[in-house]
Amino acid sequence: MSAPVDQAKNAEKFLADTVHEQRLDKLLWAMRMRRDAAARQVPEWEDLRTLASEIKEHTLSNLSDYLIQFEAKATANGVIVHWARDAHEHNQTVYDLLSEQRAETLVKSKSMLTEECELRPFLERRGVRVTETDLGERIQQLDDQPPGHIVGPAIHKTTHDVAVLFSEKYGSDPNNDDPAYLAGVMRENTRPDLLNAPAGMTGANFVVAETGAIVVATNEGNADLSAHTPPLHICSVGIEKIIPTTESLAVFIRLLARSATGEAITQYTSMFRGPRKGAAMHVILVDNGRSERLGMKRFWHSLKCIRCAACMNTCPVYRRSGGLSYGSTYMGPIGIIMMPTFEIRKYSELPFASTLNGSCTNVCPVKIDIHEQIYGWREVMEENGQTPIVKKEAMRVADEMLSHPALYQMATAAVSTALEVLPHFAIYNRLNVWGKHRDVPQAGAETFHAWYKAHRPKANEEVKS
Amino acid sequence: MQVALMIPCYIDTFYPRVGIATLELLERLGVDVVYPRDQTCCGQPMANSGCYEEARATEEHCARVFGSFDCVVTPSGSCTHHIRNKFTAGADSPEKQNLIRNTYDLVEFLHDVLKIREFPWAKFAHKVALHTSCSAIRGLNMASMSERVHDEVFSKPKALLSGVPGIEFVEFDRVDECCGFGGTFAVTEEAVSAKMGYDKLAFMQKTSPDCVVSSDMSCLMHLQGCARRQKQEIPFYHLAEVLNGVAA
Repeated sequence: MSAPVDQAKNAEKFLADTVHEQRLDKLLWAMRMRRDAAARQVPEWEDLRTLASEIKEHTLSNLSDYLIQFEAKATANGVIVHWARDAHEHNQTVYDLLSEQRAETLVKSKSMLTEECELRPFLERRGVRVTETDLGERIQQLDDQPPGHIVGPAIHKTTHDVAVLFSEKYGSDPNNDDPAYLAGVMRENTRPDLLNAPAGMTGANFVVAETGAIVVATNEGNADLSAHTPPLHICSVGIEKIIPTTESLAVFIRLLARSATGEAITQYTSMFRGPRKGAAMHVILVDNGRSERLGMKRFWHSLKCIRCAACMNTCPVYRRSGGLSYGSTYMGPIGIIMMPTFEIRKYSELPFASTLNGSCTNVCPVKIDIHEQIYGWREVMEENGQTPIVKKEAMRVADEMLSHPALYQMATAAVSTALEVLPHFAIYNRLNVWGKHRDVPQAGAETFHAWYKAHRPKANEEVKS
Repeated sequence: MQVALMIPCYIDTFYPRVGIATLELLERLGVDVVYPRDQTCCGQPMANSGCYEEARATEEHCARVFGSFDCVVTPSGSCTHHIRNKFTAGADSPEKQNLIRNTYDLVEFLHDVLKIREFPWAKFAHKVALHTSCSAIRGLNMASMSERVHDEVFSKPKALLSGVPGIEFVEFDRVDECCGFGGTFAVTEEAVSAKMGYDKLAFMQKTSPDCVVSSDMSCLMHLQGCARRQKQEIPFYHLAEVLNGVAA
């Protein structure tokens, strides 16, 4: 069992680097503003969100039927469908398919599921060279870092960071920060891999049960290249990505890019329904904890997520912490409510990396009640004994005092005691934590309670509770 | 109408002037106010941290103290939000259900129950940066939410304050972004919390307000702490103080 990720400490480190913190905050807030502008253009926006939520809830409630329907359709289309119970089965399936083709290299487009399954290190340990073809994902691969954001994996890096990284890895000009130049460097270096790869891999944004199609949305077209160029296309899909029909797909396509970046639609929205002539197409349907989550009465709604990252962009904590601070595959508000289902101890502190302000819930295109679930996870951490003993003890003392008015009045009557005790129960910590970046509140000369007693003497006789 | 006044623990101790202003304002409006002396806290600090076992006795005590009143008013959006929407730690009882049904934030009570719009006694010729808490906005629907782009724009605290002669408002960026207080978050995520506070103040300061006003003192406790550390002398007022007529 891993020790809990200390998100607060990681965030503090991120904040110390003001250049990166301010840039990330500005960039993502601008994304949120573009999302607002895009939503404003669609008068039926709130109805679309409701519809999307209902479609997802319906599909998840009938998940097995739709999965079987998809399998039948896809098989009829000439696709070979595999089922993977967990990350290991998924990774092994991919490796077996590559081995059959004697494929020693693999090009792939961005897929959070393959991050979740830690596919890349699994394949690399077995001698397969993997090239990420999404620019941001490739940057993170070269820097040996996981994605910091599910839509823009390297969004926390400046163009200068990328110029320096590319110069180290590719020998390009470290002083040329021009994005077009850097994209060119990337293209020159990954295009040969794409053209020569014996196998390509994509994820999926949606899979359509009715037609057996898998749907991939990108802005770079790299998923199309990864799927179309090599003779073998492997597609990994989480089972919650399924939707019933092409008609329902339209609802999600209208919401996805608008919520993510404020664009009406991504540059490429591709449906793959079967293998090209002479090529093979495999789809791996992956559970990896999803069925278990579906059975969680309070938390199954997180399976509705379409990975737009709108909740991250609007989250004031995420924008000031950076995605890597969460130490997890999925980060920000949606990560907080997903990650504990993978490993409760490791992610037990994440639910506290939130002010419960509720903005995430309001921007979610499929209406996941994210901040309510964060609140719920705090209770689960308590139930599972994940709450640190010192905090629990402080809370127990607080409850004891606050349920006994005489104790409360005694503690707060003297200003000096109040200063000592009050923050201790109100915020369970000593003033030195509060006071690191903030001045401590000045207690009044007397409590309101004492003032009332002195100034409303008549009321004292009447009021009893 | 008899109203029970609930003064949150941090106002009782740190900001008694806000409790006094709330009481005087209600009395001025002819409300029969009682202050149950055995009150302590609504249980929010513990429940908010996931420690609902440790919130139980406090919530039950709160329900006992206030459960028999037809109307409970408190100058705190977050306490109202806790009681109305999150009051699940204590055992169920008729008193508890009563309290959940009958608790109002001061703004709601003035705006929706008494429907007061004019505060002629409260002259306040100042430019105000109005901050409304996330509990009040997204928990109690006291103002429109920026994410809900098709909703009608409104703000109950602003509607009330607009009835104060001489008052002006500044429009600052990211008006409903969280200030970073977040209860226990203020210490568990101390660095991020403080940065959010500093950023909020910076957005406000760009529009040169004379003061900051909010209907939630907990946000102001945090923001004022941030401001004083940065040597900013800008005053902070609870909405009750402005409506009651504070000398600024």
